Amino acid sequence: MGSINFNNALGVHPDAMLLRGKRAEILANNLANSDTPGFKARDINFQAMLAKETQSGMAMSSTNSAHISGSSSQSNELLFRNPSQPSIDGNTVDTQLEQTIFSRNAMDYNSSFEFLNGKFKGLKSAIRGE
Amino acid sequence: MSLGNIFDIAGSGMNAQSIRLNTTASNIANAESASSSINETYRARKPFFAVMHNEFLNVNKDNEFHSRGDEIGAGVEVKGIVESDAPLQPRFQPDHPLANEEGYVYYPNVNVVEEMTDMMSSSRSYQMNVEVLKTAKQMLQRTLMLGE
Repeated sequence: MGSINFNNALGVHPDAMLLRGKRAEILANNLANSDTPGFKARDINFQAMLAKETQSGMAMSSTNSAHISGSSSQSNELLFRNPSQPSIDGNTVDTQLEQTIFSRNAMDYNSSFEFLNGKFKGLKSAIRGE
Repeated sequence: MSLGNIFDIAGSGMNAQSIRLNTTASNIANAESASSSINETYRARKPFFAVMHNEFLNVNKDNEFHSRGDEIGAGVEVKGIVESDAPLQPRFQPDHPLANEEGYVYYPNVNVVEEMTDMMSSSRSYQMNVEVLKTAKQMLQRTLMLGE
């Protein structure tokens, strides 16, 4: 357990980065459909999904082998955004809101990248022993 | 790779908006195209958009977003272009070379003000998709630098 392996060394950041990438796709789809009648803006609950990906905290502990293993099923879903100004044609994409969330998500992606890159740099210098 | 999908999504958005811009240009250009009969008169054309569903994405069982019958759309598609059924404008112009026996000429049902606002809306949406594409490209480019 204590030895160096990639899962221990890299921590939550690879999962976070993947999830940010998926979220960017959902948000890009919202923006592409900003003029589609009846389209409902979607998003994910990032915290809940990351907790599920990393299986920390959200899983139920089983004290008996007969227990049914359970984890938070809420986190698995693509949610609908609550519109602040729904339009007449049923479209709930709030362009400026989606755009800010998209650019924020891109920044978060970049910070996850920086963390991951830092981890790799640390591992590299540990290997070199310089 | 989900970042790669963004290129397709934003590309489909740009394509849809450029078709919308194209119909707007056609409508404005033909706003004064007169005709002597109702059937031959130009009518305003409007594209209608729908969410594009990527079948390739839906069969991918590993993707947890699709496990509950939920699906992320894969962009936007132009389902078709319809002609407006708003009434045409008959004008009494007996001197017009295209005037019919009663002296009427029919003008298209193009609302130029509506077309101008449509044009602004579609060019903004186009720009927005370009920004999305730019951001996705930067994200991918950075990812390629991982470990350097």
